[in-house]
Amino acid sequence: MAFINDVRFEVDKRAILARLKSHLPSQAILVDEEELRPYECDGLTAYRAMPLLVVLPETEAQVADILRACHALKVPVVPRGAATGLSGGAMPHEDGVVLSLARFKKILKIDPLSRTAVVQPGVRNLAVSEVAAAYGLYYAPDPSSQIACTIGGNVAENSGGVHCLKYGLTVHNVLKVRGFTIEGDAIEFGADGLDAAGFDLLAIINGSEGLLAVITEVTVKLTPKPELAQVVLAYFDDVQKAGNAVADVIAAGIIPGGLEMMDKKATHAVEPYVKAGYDLDAEAVLLCESDGTPAEVAEEIERMKAVLEKSGATSLVVSQNEADRLRFWAGRKAAFPAVGRITPDYMCMDGTIPRKRLAEMLEAIETLSGKYALRCANVFHAGDGNLHPLIMYDANQPGELERATAFGFEILELSVRLGGTITGEHGVGVEKVDLMAAQFSPAEISAFHRLKAAFDPDGLLNPGKGIPTLARCREYTQTRGTTSPSPTATPPRF
Amino acid sequence: MDATLNEWAGRVRNAAETGKTLRIRGGGTKDFYGQPTTGEVLDTTPYRGIASYEPTELVVVARAGTPLAELEAALREKGQCLPFDPPYFGDGATLGGMVAAGLSGPRRAAVGAVRDYVLGVKMIDGNGDLLSFGGQVMKNVAGYDVPRLMAGSLGTLGLLAEVALKVLPLPVAERTLRFAMSEAEAIQKLNAWGGQPLPIAASTWQAEALTVRLMGARAAVESAHATLGGEIVPDANSFWQGVREQTSTFFAGDEPLWRLSVASVTSPLGLSGPTLIEWGGAQRWVRGDQGAEQVRTCASRAGGHAVLFRGSQSLKASAGTFQPLSPVLARIHRNLKQAFDPKGVFNVGRMYPDF
Ligand SMILES: Cc1cc2nc3c(=O)[nH]c(=O)nc-3n(C[C@H](O)[C@H](O)[C@H](O)COP(=O)(O)OP(=O)(O)OC[C@H]3O[C@@H](n4cnc5c(N)ncnc54)[C@H](O)[C@@H]3O)c2cc1C
Repeated sequence: MAFINDVRFEVDKRAILARLKSHLPSQAILVDEEELRPYECDGLTAYRAMPLLVVLPETEAQVADILRACHALKVPVVPRGAATGLSGGAMPHEDGVVLSLARFKKILKIDPLSRTAVVQPGVRNLAVSEVAAAYGLYYAPDPSSQIACTIGGNVAENSGGVHCLKYGLTVHNVLKVRGFTIEGDAIEFGADGLDAAGFDLLAIINGSEGLLAVITEVTVKLTPKPELAQVVLAYFDDVQKAGNAVADVIAAGIIPGGLEMMDKKATHAVEPYVKAGYDLDAEAVLLCESDGTPAEVAEEIERMKAVLEKSGATSLVVSQNEADRLRFWAGRKAAFPAVGRITPDYMCMDGTIPRKRLAEMLEAIETLSGKYALRCANVFHAGDGNLHPLIMYDANQPGELERATAFGFEILELSVRLGGTITGEHGVGVEKVDLMAAQFSPAEISAFHRLKAAFDPDGLLNPGKGIPTLARCREYTQTRGTTSPSPTATPPRF
Repeated sequence: MDATLNEWAGRVRNAAETGKTLRIRGGGTKDFYGQPTTGEVLDTTPYRGIASYEPTELVVVARAGTPLAELEAALREKGQCLPFDPPYFGDGATLGGMVAAGLSGPRRAAVGAVRDYVLGVKMIDGNGDLLSFGGQVMKNVAGYDVPRLMAGSLGTLGLLAEVALKVLPLPVAERTLRFAMSEAEAIQKLNAWGGQPLPIAASTWQAEALTVRLMGARAAVESAHATLGGEIVPDANSFWQGVREQTSTFFAGDEPLWRLSVASVTSPLGLSGPTLIEWGGAQRWVRGDQGAEQVRTCASRAGGHAVLFRGSQSLKASAGTFQPLSPVLARIHRNLKQAFDPKGVFNVGRMYPDF
């Protein structure tokens, strides 16, 4: 599906190419169509665009030169990590350069005493934990894509993982970010201490989707590995009971290391693929993890079991060893590719809602699945109220992609009406740029544009993504402003 | 719109049109913090009260003028808390002031800062527009994270009206231990312990004594005590209260008080004057007339920055409260001020003299 980017530029391709050639070795510039093709989309394969050029710098000096050149010639720049993003954030701009950080792969420093690692942005998330393991440490945010996604992409999206309920998102686990502004000036967000002078710019570079600066170095916090972790699998004969059990666990004063949920469609997709050993008769399963000292875990697991039983779990299985635990999680972490095997295409939604509305949301998704005649498997970061409904469709069947998109929009609009947000961790990108108008007023959208301009006055970094133009907002309100997919009353906007 | 907010928006618009400035003020408990600012006082205390509190969601939403004491009492009643121990520095401390000042107390290194708990804000910008950012959910990446940006911005970017905060359950068990130790040894120990899965919630070194607070599950606190040793401190609450509120003797008197935020492993700073260490080594308080230049160089060499936390007006005027910014960061700061408060209405000069 084409994404109509309404922020366009008049670019002289020959001029920018000539200028880039003077700064970069020829193998660091891709121009031919067959070389550019692999860059036309990210993990959101439904949307594609061909870039003008792709550049693959290896040094900060080259990054600065590229940015200076693009700034001088007013050429858009789209930063790119591993392109596992699910909102089209790294999708190219037709008039622009893709700036890949793939060659920034070095772990520059691991300091076990200060529990920090300094890494280049192209380092894979899991690689940090692998190297830190020698010191009994790890990097806590663990997106399910952690084998592939990069730290630069994680910062740009403020990614979460299955353990962020207790250990926080990327923003909570990053001390310092070094990068370059569109003018090619070096800039540092945060510090080696726990705060920095001035405004908390570290807070906004996290989740900035490549719109504010290009990240070239990240100092992350490392966390001591808990002595022990155990996970309880709690099965339910009813999805809504499982949803309510999530609120019950939190209400009991427990903050689990992870609290995830899958419905029957998801476990059925996962089981043949991963052989996690899930009970396939259950309508839903919760994975509820406890970590800490052995005594602490034993105490907490008992409390968890008591709550889950009271909430109506039909059976409980506790991991007996690390192999069990990893197997149970492997099923959850492989949920997206597993669903990918049973459908030609799928789209992953990312709304977040207050936990107490989970059951209500699940019911609405069921109804919408009937309305659009598309299957939907549900995988949730339940503890955070972050939903990942996986809408299954076949792009080769006329009309299915459009139906899937409309289905997804309704879920996200409902997320906003239930007091939540259109995106918990995957970002707005191109996918949800129009939906921003469902969550923000024109005055708020304008404030976002002004914030962007404070960093990038010409709007050259990742243009058209993340924040909609006011024209797009108007169009959204005119076409969808009145649709009301569910009778749920609008709660007062916060 | 609520009548009070309507009135505030009107005052902001009026100030913007007539070139006047406003000085946002809650309980005034943090008047001492930052640079002096001028302008008509906009008192936030009439806009108070908890708007919603749902313990099972771990979220509380309250108006900016809500007394911090009232907020914390409501949380305590449900077995929850603001884990970052925000300092009050006086009876009247408000929620808005807590967020704007962005100060966190003893537990900060273990649990995160104010900014880490801010989920959403409703605010009035310098155009008099009521804006809402973030929300009441734990994960939210729609739009830039303006709520966290507001934390510590000292009211220079907007007038906070309402704040949504993440809250946590109160720790089940706690114990405070004391060790006789030199400064260098304490820094070494705190960092080494930080790399182990120990429930260390807070730490303070001063006058050759290291005090460590354990918090967590009963079993975890017990086993950590067995591992660490140390002597149990009997009246622990009042000790930590003294650090949090700066009422302990270290903070007494009129000598300037510097706060250095540095890499936790930084060896003793070697500045003259008594030192108090917190946050596992990442926060160092130093008393005395050191020469601002020397303190600031020392902080930046240690990967951080220095704040003239308390000092005479004349010292503040000459040294500035906050570490000067690099030219690039200074430009972005001015641009951000322009973006949120184009006419320069709010707390002008409170953070840096040029905005
Ligand atoms: C199977 C699967 C599972 C996933 N599970 C999770 C999950 O559990 N939690 C989660 O949060 N996400 C998840 N994701 C989404 C995705 O992996 C994350 O968003 C990830 O952080 C993207 O990293 P990346 O390196 O692939 O970035 P990319 O996709 O390349 O880029 C993402 C965005 O960051 C920008 N960017 C990248 N690098 C830089 C840089 N150096 N400087 C400035 N901007 C930059 C890009 O412009 C783009 O806007 C999943 C994706 C897949 C495919």
